[in-house]
Formats: sequence, structure tokens, C-alpha cells
Amino acid sequence: MHRVVITGAGTVNALGHDVADTLEAMREGRCGIGALDFQDVDRLSIKIGGQVHGFEAEGRYNRQQMSLYDRFTQFTLAAAKEAIAQSGLTFTGELAAKSGVVLGTAGGGVSTWDANYRSVYEEGKNRVHPFVVPKLMNNAAASHVSMEYNLKGPSFTVSTACASSNHAMAQAFQMVRTGMAPAMVTGGSESMLCFGGVKAWEGLRVMSKDACRPFSANRNGMVQGEGAGVFVFEEYQRARARGADILCEVVGFAMSSDAADIVMPSKNGAARAMSGALADARINADQVGYINAHGTGTAANDKTECAAVADVFGPHADKLMISSTKSMHGHLIGGTGAVELLACIMALRDGVIAPTIGYEEPDPECALDVVPNEARETKIDVALSNAFAFGGMNAVIAMRRV
Amino acid sequence: MSVQDKVIEIVAEQAVLEPGDVHLDSTLEDLGIDSLGLVESIFAIEEEFDISIPFNANEPTKSDFDISTVRSIIAGIETLIAGEIP
Repeated sequence: MHRVVITGAGTVNALGHDVADTLEAMREGRCGIGALDFQDVDRLSIKIGGQVHGFEAEGRYNRQQMSLYDRFTQFTLAAAKEAIAQSGLTFTGELAAKSGVVLGTAGGGVSTWDANYRSVYEEGKNRVHPFVVPKLMNNAAASHVSMEYNLKGPSFTVSTACASSNHAMAQAFQMVRTGMAPAMVTGGSESMLCFGGVKAWEGLRVMSKDACRPFSANRNGMVQGEGAGVFVFEEYQRARARGADILCEVVGFAMSSDAADIVMPSKNGAARAMSGALADARINADQVGYINAHGTGTAANDKTECAAVADVFGPHADKLMISSTKSMHGHLIGGTGAVELLACIMALRDGVIAPTIGYEEPDPECALDVVPNEARETKIDVALSNAFAFGGMNAVIAMRRV
Repeated sequence: MSVQDKVIEIVAEQAVLEPGDVHLDSTLEDLGIDSLGLVESIFAIEEEFDISIPFNANEPTKSDFDISTVRSIIAGIETLIAGEIP
């Protein structure tokens, strides 16, 4: 078994177009959620989201690339560029042959589906662009990253709704840990902020019309976001030997399935994923200083998640910090775990705990230290990142300061 | 068909019951309708009557649309059909 460290990170999300801007926004407790801006938004009843602004494909990608890159691929490539540049790795020879890319996404090219359905159904056109299929497929982003960076090892896309990125990163971690790959590019992305993407979520009646306020008694639902988070996971000795800047160590993970309900979360499933990650990492519960919560801001998730934390950590639950950065960047669905991993890196490396913003009223059913509204400076050794998906599929990752 | 009969039919279908087993004083809980069933019922009612029901599953009791019994649901729908804000 090898140790696994993170040597590169990249992102695009509503808080920033790179890691530095995103972490600065998290430190300042800035909200990236605002009015949605796209065609037919006036026909939606939910009109807010964590939309990425000022990210234009023009100028960034050429004409041929734009015809192949859905917005979720564009975000992924920008985040991968930042992460791989930071790692300092160039993939050639044996390293290229064995390293791959595992990414998460729930919807893949949702805006490509949306635009082309609009064109054939609403506008009555009978012909679509020849690249619609390679543009919208869920593995498009992973494929383009592999092509761009010569990653010839194991590559695929994981789709488990809101846990997609955590499941993807767990796979990449396992591959490096077992020696199957010397390094893996991993994370995830989502871009559902288009008419059809938001309309579908509206139907569930779980979305907030005004703000995402996780753990606050007056929370009234989730808010969608978009973007990508991409990381380079690398074998520790290899990273050290080449003098790489190590952001943190990934020490364990666990997955569990509720096997219960297609939308309602289960305390037991969440608890088993958290305790499983601790066991896998050989870490005692009282060593955990911070949990990046799934914290969607729905009635169902937040109280279930807090009860699960109380079960797993016992009296230590009152000492650890738990925050939901979805309050700032929104819920990136399949990409959310990847962007949230950044908050764990900031906690471990910089000693800054990202806050849960929008917190207005304590909820007795969420009586934990949710780091309300303002970031906190404190040194911690171990962090967990939770993701609990529709369909009852849970994935929790454990990280440690290096 | 009256609003009442139509609502009872929709609720009965969701609860997998005969319309005769759905009473005005029945609560959705009595009828065994869970949160997903409730959201589906509201969707079916909106489609049937071409109205928009203000309902957020995160705060079901805070909504102006009262879902406590079949009777209150019917009253809410009648208000919405009449074009008044409930």
C-alpha cells in the first residue's frame, strides 16, 4: 500500500476561476449565488444559482474545440490545466502509460442536450450538429483531459448524482494507493444551469427561491451551482523525490448504500460512510478537526447529516467543526465533492476553516459547530469530505495535513 | 366532475385506494402518502386544474397552501382557480 498525496488543484466555480480566488472567497465568506442569466429564465420559478460568470469559451478554446466542448468539459479542462500545471508533472513514457483520469459528473453535457432538443422540438429543425453525441456524453470531459495531457492509463467517468466526484476521487485514490497508477487526475464537474437543467430540479420542490442556508433553522432548500474541481493525486514517495509541493494527504475513503429510498437520505448510510472512511484511514474519530458537510440546505439532508455525525463522533461531535460551502458556491451536483475538497485543503494546509454563510437561526436538530458566517483560523490535522447522493449512494473521503 | 371529486380521484390514485376510501377529513399521512407521493399529487393537481401551487417540500407547513387534509387541499385549489392568492 502506498501513501497518496495531492500535488495539484484547479477549479472554476461561482466563487472564482482558479483556486486562489475560490479560497479567498471562502475565507471572506463571500456568496457566489445570484440571479441566473440564460435563455427562458423568466419561465422558471427558481431564478437563482451559483452560476459561473465571465468564463467565455471564445478566446479560450478554438472553433473546432468549441464544437466539441460542452460547458462541463470547458470547466473541466480549465481546472485540469491549473491542477496539472501546479503539480509540475509532464506525462510521458511509463508515467503517461500508467496514469489516467477519473472524473465525476451527474448530467454530463446537459446544456448540449437542452440546446439541441430546443432546436429540433421548439424550432422544428430536422438536423443537428454532427458532434452532438461526442459533446454531450458523460465521459467527454475525462476523454478530453486524457487527450490534452497524454494520460494513457485507466480513465473513466463516474455518475452517482451528488456523490459523483467523491466516488471518482475514491477510485483514483485506490488506484494510486494500490500501485496501479503512479498518479491520477481526478475530480469532477457539472453544468446544469440551463432552462431544462433547472426546470427538472424545480419539479422536486426542494429548491430555495432566495438563498442556500445550510443548518439554519430557516433554511428552505438547495441552490444549484456549476463548475469543476480537478486534482492530481500522486504516490507520496514519488512526489517527495521530485520535490513537489504537497497540498495534503488522502488517507482513506468509504462508500455505502442506503438501500432504502430514492431521494430521502438515511442516517445509517451516512454514518456508515463516515465511520468506514475513518476505519480505512486508521484514524480515531477524535482526531477529526473538520468535516466539509454535504449540507445541501434541505430540511431532509441537514438534520440527517447532523444526526449521523453525532452517532459517529459521540461527544467529539461537539468539538469538531462542520461547514457547508454550498452556501457560497451552490450545489454543483456531480461536481460538488471536487470543489468542496478545496475547503478541506484550505483547512489542512492553511489552517482556515471555510464558513457556512447565510446562517441566521440555530436549529436544535443541527446543533453542531457549523462555523457560522465567518471563517475561522485554527490548525487541524484531519478533515473529512461528505457526499450523500440521491439514490442513497454515499462516499466520504478522509485527508490529513502533511 | 367537481373539483372535489377530481382531487379525491387524484389522491386515491396516489394512495392506491378506491376514491370511496378517501374522506374530506383524511390527512395525507392517514392515506399513506409520503413526501414523494405528495409532490406527485401536487404536480397532478397543477396539471389537472392548470394552476400553480406554492409548495416547498422543505417547509410544507409554512406554505400558504394548506395540505393538512383533503378538505383543506380542495379549498386551496378552489381559491387558486378563482384567481385569488391563497
